[in-house]
Amino acid sequence: MSSSDPNDIEEVDQVKRAFLQKTSVFLGAVGAAGIAVPLVSYLSPNKSTQEAGKPIKVDISSMQFGEQKTVLWRSKPVWIIRRSEAMLASLNMTTGWLKDPDSSVGQQPDYAQNQTRSVRPDILVLLGICTHLGCSPTYRPEPKSVDDSWEGGFYCSCHGSKFDLAGRVFKNMPAPINLEVPPYHFQDGNTLVIGE
Amino acid sequence: MLMLILSVAFVLFVLLNVLPLFKGLGRWIDARLPVFSFLVEHLSHYPAPKNLNLWYVFGALAIVACAIQFVSGIWLVMYYTPTAEKAFSSVQLIMRDVPYGWLVRYVHSTGVSCWFIVIYFHIFRGLMYGSYKAPRELLWISGVTLLFLMMAEAYTGYVLPWGQMSFWASKVIISLLSSIPVVGNDLVVWLQGDYEVSGVTLHRFFAFHVVGFSFLILLMILLHIIMLHTVGSNNPDGVDIMKHKDRKGWPLDAVPYYPYFVLKYIPIILVYLFVFFAIVFYAPTFYGLFLEAENFEPANPLVTPAHIKPAWYLSPYYAILRSIPDKSLGALAMLLSIVLWMFLPWLDLSPVRSMRYRGWMSRCALATVVSAFILLGYLGLQTATGWYLLLSRVATFLYFSFFVLFPLITYYDRDLQVPERIPGV
Repeated sequence: MSSSDPNDIEEVDQVKRAFLQKTSVFLGAVGAAGIAVPLVSYLSPNKSTQEAGKPIKVDISSMQFGEQKTVLWRSKPVWIIRRSEAMLASLNMTTGWLKDPDSSVGQQPDYAQNQTRSVRPDILVLLGICTHLGCSPTYRPEPKSVDDSWEGGFYCSCHGSKFDLAGRVFKNMPAPINLEVPPYHFQDGNTLVIGE
Repeated sequence: MLMLILSVAFVLFVLLNVLPLFKGLGRWIDARLPVFSFLVEHLSHYPAPKNLNLWYVFGALAIVACAIQFVSGIWLVMYYTPTAEKAFSSVQLIMRDVPYGWLVRYVHSTGVSCWFIVIYFHIFRGLMYGSYKAPRELLWISGVTLLFLMMAEAYTGYVLPWGQMSFWASKVIISLLSSIPVVGNDLVVWLQGDYEVSGVTLHRFFAFHVVGFSFLILLMILLHIIMLHTVGSNNPDGVDIMKHKDRKGWPLDAVPYYPYFVLKYIPIILVYLFVFFAIVFYAPTFYGLFLEAENFEPANPLVTPAHIKPAWYLSPYYAILRSIPDKSLGALAMLLSIVLWMFLPWLDLSPVRSMRYRGWMSRCALATVVSAFILLGYLGLQTATGWYLLLSRVATFLYFSFFVLFPLITYYDRDLQVPERIPGV
């Protein structure tokens, strides 16, 4: 062997070489994708996490008007609030200040796309997580408790976003959109099922 | 699936056609951070003896095996819980509930056995061709150190599933240290962090397994490669290729690592992976050798399993330990059975490296020590009674006699004349 450098060989079949290079890289990439499938799937919620994330039942028989109940569903706080007639009336007052008063953005299931953002007008079910950066806003039902024009609602202490008593966000707030309504239904008059 | 393949093909097509544009960027980076020229120097332009044979693939395979352990290990840590209460059930969670968790765990548990198989072949190659002889003494010692580190890594990892074998193996090995005079017993308590092997011990073994030893292994592999590339590869003929160079300083008997060996090794690595995954998919416990049935039972400090046996890759040393009827001497012999290899470069007095040019005595010595090692490996998995015990004493005697006799044998053996250049290939 006189030459140690493969590039010194005079006649290289460049077409063949390019073909071999491209097919090798292609097959290598297919192999890499095959390895990626289990490694990526591994990171998604496992069976016991999925099991823990199943719908939960909440007994609401003893709830008073104005009372807030916070339950955990999929490790997130879910608020259940029983609104009085006066609280529901406040939803008419806030309309002009809201960014999306008609809930046109899909932050709720279709059955909760109404003024009260709920199935039953009195029972409000909300995901207690601010749509800005994930803090949990505070329930401030008393009028004028946050500022003079406050009609009652939710106030996020992290960055000052305001929401009314249906979780609808005010205009010009850090939070971009209304609070999310999780899927839920009533099994009977006293039992709420959150998650489906 | 089709969409996936098509999108991969598309991305590759784009990359292959756009990549040449980045050559300028590559040069710019390389002038500031010479990563690319470093890779070219060590993966492409490295002068490899032209007669390297199949035995030389095991170094590359060891790197592949190491990479497999690191990736699967990182993934396992995501769900593994290092406490006495949760360790066993978190492994069950990985096996049953986590998507592809069974695959990742079996890859990791099969990976360690395959890594040791590769490493033992790699060591045998070094013994056969005299790769430990000058100027590669430190390279050899770093290799023996790596074997030590791998054993420490394997042992601490073996404890983590916290099954019966995990518990009792950790207890037996830690108890070895109690044979150290005066401080032994205190040392054991200090290492365990408790009066008995417990969750505290498990937690620190976890720390050593995932961070301590694995980090040291990476570091030692780096040093191993730096040393190899400083002194150059040995070859099956043991000829020093650095003696004859062309005018540019390139050894006349060398070819560049790329393409000659990189392209030769890639298909061999694929064959390795094929065998590896055949085991992972069809025989992950490998008939009780890779994963023992006893370890599918949670650790119980009150009941010792009827038959304690070590992982197969540690069983030769375990057989040596058992064959000596004295606690301290047994532990010492076990330690020496590896440490003595570090002195091999100075125990070998032959002027010749490769067994190809050595006399029958040296060949017999190598064959004997390797046979004794394999026999000890078998005996370490059997009960220590009757014929088995007698045989393991004979094998232990043969194993250690190698270190006593090798200087004499290599001094008096009739070696052949080693050629100046690598004979025609």
